[in-house]
Amino acid sequence: MKILIVAETDGGRVSEKTLPAIAFAQQQSPDNFTILAIGENLQCIETLTGYGAQAVLTVNHPALAKPLAERYAPVIAHHARQLGADAIVATTTTFSRDVLARVAGLLDAPMLSDIIALETANGKLVAKRPIYSANLIGTFEVEGSPVVITVRGPAWGKPNPTGAQSPVQSAEAPAAIPQRAEWLGLQGGSGGRPDLTQARVVVSGGRPLKDPETFEKYIGGLADALGGAVGATRAAVDSGIAPNELQVGQTGKTVAPELYIAVAVSGSVQHLAGMKDSKVIVAINTDPEAPIFQVADYGLVADLYQVLPELTELVKNSRA
Amino acid sequence: MKILVSVKRVPDPYAKITPNATGADINRDGLQMAVNPFDEIALEEAIRLKEAGKASEVVAVSIGGAESQEQLRTALAMGADRAILVQTDALLDAPSVAKILAAVYQREQPQLMLMGKQAIDMDENQVGQMLAALLDLPQATFASKITLENGSAIVERETDNGIETLKTPLPAIITADLRLNEPRYVALTGIVRARSKPLETLTPADLGVQVQTRMRLVKVEAPPARKAGKRVSDVHELVRLLREEARVI
Ligand SMILES: Cc1cc2nc3c(=O)[nH]c(=O)nc-3n(C[C@@H](O)[C@H](O)[C@H](O)COP(=O)(O)OP(=O)(O)OC[C@H]3O[C@@H](n4cnc5c(N)ncnc54)[C@H](O)[C@@H]3O)c2cc1C
Ligand SMILES: Cc1cc2nc3c(=O)[nH]c(=O)nc-3n(C[C@H](O)[C@H](O)[C@H](O)COP(=O)(O)OP(=O)(O)OC[C@H]3O[C@@H](n4cnc5c(N)ncnc54)[C@H](O)[C@@H]3O)c2cc1C
Repeated sequence: MKILIVAETDGGRVSEKTLPAIAFAQQQSPDNFTILAIGENLQCIETLTGYGAQAVLTVNHPALAKPLAERYAPVIAHHARQLGADAIVATTTTFSRDVLARVAGLLDAPMLSDIIALETANGKLVAKRPIYSANLIGTFEVEGSPVVITVRGPAWGKPNPTGAQSPVQSAEAPAAIPQRAEWLGLQGGSGGRPDLTQARVVVSGGRPLKDPETFEKYIGGLADALGGAVGATRAAVDSGIAPNELQVGQTGKTVAPELYIAVAVSGSVQHLAGMKDSKVIVAINTDPEAPIFQVADYGLVADLYQVLPELTELVKNSRA
Repeated sequence: MKILVSVKRVPDPYAKITPNATGADINRDGLQMAVNPFDEIALEEAIRLKEAGKASEVVAVSIGGAESQEQLRTALAMGADRAILVQTDALLDAPSVAKILAAVYQREQPQLMLMGKQAIDMDENQVGQMLAALLDLPQATFASKITLENGSAIVERETDNGIETLKTPLPAIITADLRLNEPRYVALTGIVRARSKPLETLTPADLGVQVQTRMRLVKVEAPPARKAGKRVSDVHELVRLLREEARVI
């Protein structure tokens, strides 16, 4: 299988979010994968070069300075055709969902979204992926080539360094890049905390955190004591307590940190869909019947306002 | 301006979903069905644009068996002007759905197509982007705010990195995220009253589309269950266990 990996970029920098896709390629086709990175004046290419890719292709063009699907998809489709790729692969993120499904449309290729396992049987690809809000795992068979694939980050982990460096080659953009949609701006940012999808520890808060200041004080405070990232439920985001990019769940991010602490989170199926593969789950909730306790390794029935300050102090002391 | 909105019939988001005895599908006995929540949001947005005088007609389209008429009736009750059912019992993959929607788009020639970013059954999040590619139209996925002005749409998009804003000329394909709006509630009486609105039935063949399914769902199973762990009595015990037993802090 010849794999073309599409690196995640914001148009300027290559992101480490690409790494699970590289881990996937190392497992499926260690000797036959190429990475494509798109942008303008791309930085951090070295994020991609140490894992055994045959080549890292970079396309730099002023029209590609921001990651717009309409512009990136034809560049990817062009290189997929040139390479004769059997699979076009990226880690599942909003970037890849936006861009790669458009590539599948351009190539008239079937697409497997957010897969957690893949094997080949009788010439067909057989993949597993969460369906119905991760309530179930579906097994899908796909015929034909190429196939477009996004891989669920936590299921594939990090690639192994190979020692050797892949050659970086500058590649061309196809002649016509459509330029109808224009990028106007981006607001957001993790405020110096680790990226939610890559953090070792995530502390999430729910609707009872009242307002942004309270949320930041209690949830942000504990996360900082642990050196972790902050997450939130949809109810917390919808009530304006937390910014939207912190939402964990079916329609937010999927995380699987070593430690996930759910504070005043009821544990709806949609929230669980985004975090139940975490290694250790802690739940703090006043309601002993809250569904979150059914997945928690350690449950504490308590009022967050009474226990969080002490927990934060204890963590600080134990890490000091 | 005409707006086309796609509407998928899916299980109610709060229904309990389990595999059936064959293990090839879910248990559908007595399963409550609904309009895909993201499509409901897309529809609400289209209807608000009409109410604000920015759109003249809202057309809802669904692909599926005869029972998908129920979801189209809900769409009509919410405020869509007419509905189209592309009736087929075939199991369609996302490229096939996109091809049928592209044919409906060509027939209707709307100035805007709104749809959910994702269907909550298969959770693929593909059809809108595929449709935009097939029609060679610009796309704005995961919209949390849409403003129309002078033949363009300014769209705020929910991305992993924050809210991105882009501007696209129309026609375009825009897919709705959860925070775009809160759909209105439709009473049962509204659904009955909407019975007089037109609902046309076509087949993929009428649209000249031949579908070929290359992806098959062969098995559904419950994920490995996580077992509930222990209750701790206070934060001291919690920190001790996280350090000594789980070794994560
Ligand atoms: C019993 C059953 C068996 C299935 N078997 C297969 C199978 O063998 N192979 C396979 O690939 N898929 C199968 N599917 C799923 C398939 O029909 C998916 O709906 C299709 O692949 C599109 O994926 P999605 O709905 O997740 O689309 P998404 O890309 O998540 O949907 C985005 C948007 O597209 C629109 N849309 C999607 N579908 C429709 C529709 N039917 N009518 C109107 N608008 C629509 C909606 O606006 C939706 O919000 C099966 C589904 C069921 C219920
Ligand atoms: C289509 C769809 C998609 C969705 N996608 C997502 C998603 O991606 N992510 C997501 O999170 N949700 C999602 N939801 C929403 C989900 O169904 C729930 O509504 C939401 O997760 C509930 O958030 P919550 O736990 O903060 O709030 P609540 O359900 O209100 O729970 C609050 C919890 O806090 C406890 N509590 C109250 N006060 C205290 C206190 N002082 N100390 C400690 N505990 C306290 C309560 O006992 C309760 O268990 C989706 C819903 C739909 C329909």
